[in-house]
Amino acid sequence: MKFLPLIWSNLKRRKLRALLTLLSILVAFMLFGLISAIKQALVGGVAMAGLDRLVVRHKVSLIISLPGSYQQSIDKIPGVAGSAHFTWFGGIYQDEARNFFPQMAVVPEEVLAMYPKVILAPEQKQAWLSSRSAAVVGRKTADRFHWKIGDTIPITTAIWTKADGSQLWEFYVAGIFDGQDNATDTTPLWLRYDYFDEGRQYDKGHVGWYVIRVKDPAQAVAVAKRIDDQFANSPAETKTEPEGAFVQSFAKQIGNIGLIAEGIMGAVFFTILLVAGNTMAQSVRERTGELGVLKAIGFTNGQVLCQVMAESCLLAVLGGVLGLGLSWLFILRGDPTNGLLPFFYFPVNDLLTGLGISLALGLATGIFPALQAMRLRVADALRRM
Amino acid sequence: MSENQTSDGALVRVERVEKVFHRGAEDIHVLADLNLQVPAREFLALMGPSGSGKSTLLNLIGGLDRPTQGSVTVGGERIDRLPDRELAQWRARHVGFIFQLYNLMPVLNAERNVELPLLLTHLSKAQRAQHVQTALAVVGLSHRAKHYPRTLSGGEQQRVGIARAIVTDPTLLLCDEPTGDLDRKAGDEILDLLQALNREHGKTIVMVTHDPHASARAVRTVHLDKGQLWSEAQK
Repeated sequence: MKFLPLIWSNLKRRKLRALLTLLSILVAFMLFGLISAIKQALVGGVAMAGLDRLVVRHKVSLIISLPGSYQQSIDKIPGVAGSAHFTWFGGIYQDEARNFFPQMAVVPEEVLAMYPKVILAPEQKQAWLSSRSAAVVGRKTADRFHWKIGDTIPITTAIWTKADGSQLWEFYVAGIFDGQDNATDTTPLWLRYDYFDEGRQYDKGHVGWYVIRVKDPAQAVAVAKRIDDQFANSPAETKTEPEGAFVQSFAKQIGNIGLIAEGIMGAVFFTILLVAGNTMAQSVRERTGELGVLKAIGFTNGQVLCQVMAESCLLAVLGGVLGLGLSWLFILRGDPTNGLLPFFYFPVNDLLTGLGISLALGLATGIFPALQAMRLRVADALRRM
Repeated sequence: MSENQTSDGALVRVERVEKVFHRGAEDIHVLADLNLQVPAREFLALMGPSGSGKSTLLNLIGGLDRPTQGSVTVGGERIDRLPDRELAQWRARHVGFIFQLYNLMPVLNAERNVELPLLLTHLSKAQRAQHVQTALAVVGLSHRAKHYPRTLSGGEQQRVGIARAIVTDPTLLLCDEPTGDLDRKAGDEILDLLQALNREHGKTIVMVTHDPHASARAVRTVHLDKGQLWSEAQK
């Protein structure tokens, strides 16, 4: 600690240069934070997906429905612990395209049993069960549209026309659910399947897809094969896959998110490495004589090396902490797309990785100038004062 | 260190020292078969023209460089044999350097500059502050403690340099042209200060200079030319 004023003073030697370098590091780490959150938002569902859950969908396409009668057969297949079905509703609130959020028709008891991390107050669950037109909505969407329990929500869907020819559906908000952690999606609205199925004009008795819970995750592949074999050669053959792969197939529609994110960050950090490295190299070159004085008065080669390393690490970590902090504050404000990125948050692991990278950046940019400073011969250095 | 003088009372003993610098294929003999003893509490002036080897000799005595041949013993210790790390620690404990161009850290104020050698000790912050205050008082600069080098005159900067050299209370002070960059008045003040450190505080001083006016303040003057000691003047 007693060397800190010396290290800090040296950093302030060229204020503008230090400030510009600090800003470039700050911006890089802010970008790192935002890209981490976007990556999390796009592939977060994969991480959320349970290892013990499988998704059964139509073999040809997700948009082709499956018979609702399949559920009884699926539940009897060895290794299946339970099932829930989902049907995509695809509606828009207040007829505004930007008001998109996911809505699905479900059976309340089934879906709550399938996703135990969803938190719904018992009285709200009871209200949902007791009214056919009731729905529950996740906290993010409820906050987004300022909905509260008891509100009636009009939703227009181009997919499901009602028996009377209308496309406007109304749901009563019986509950607002939360997630046990950030990885639980709280953007959907779940409406009751019985109300939906009775009201729609066509495709009655069909569902969008099934989510299956297996008894033993190690047997998931075998169970998936049994399910697909069960419906082979039927009019609606199935494709069963882990829930993670199912979610990932959505994300992969815009490419390999992880690779894209890593590519961008790799380029950014490489550039910053050059910028900060150049700053440190210049800083050491400029004060060769002063380093000679330090050695003359008794600083060892190791102490001079540590001092230069400490300067570069302080600069990089300071920029890193500020950048990560700013991105964290921005991300804390929530999904900037109002619902398109339901998992938009800064994972703690990525935050710690960012801090680690900032330290590594400091070490990498400081090591060569520090070695140069360490190897200086005192008498030679003093001549350059 | 003063307790570790050699049997003949010399604090510094330079014996049969040669120093050769290599510049490409060329060997430059800066010091040749040089012998010198500096008794404890002496104020010695090393005089000679540019390139005579006086700064090189000062560097050898201060452990900033090593002889090509021969030995340098200070306070009974063969410093030419010390490994780099131990030599640095030895310098921190036993030697104070005063440079012609002051060599202060421009980013630190006067008291922080003076404190630098104390950072290598185990003294507490309060103890370091006390030592700094004392050193600045000795050189008469207590009132300029918070000033940065750029706001001090040449003479004041040199006094800060002297305070930095004496703050750890070393026995040996090595001065390389300490008045070379100062006008006569400021130079005289610095020489007064060095004389006082020698007479009143018992510091052994070796001062490189080419100024007869400065060397006149020393107790003994040694002349160097072409790497060899050629005359001595004793008062």
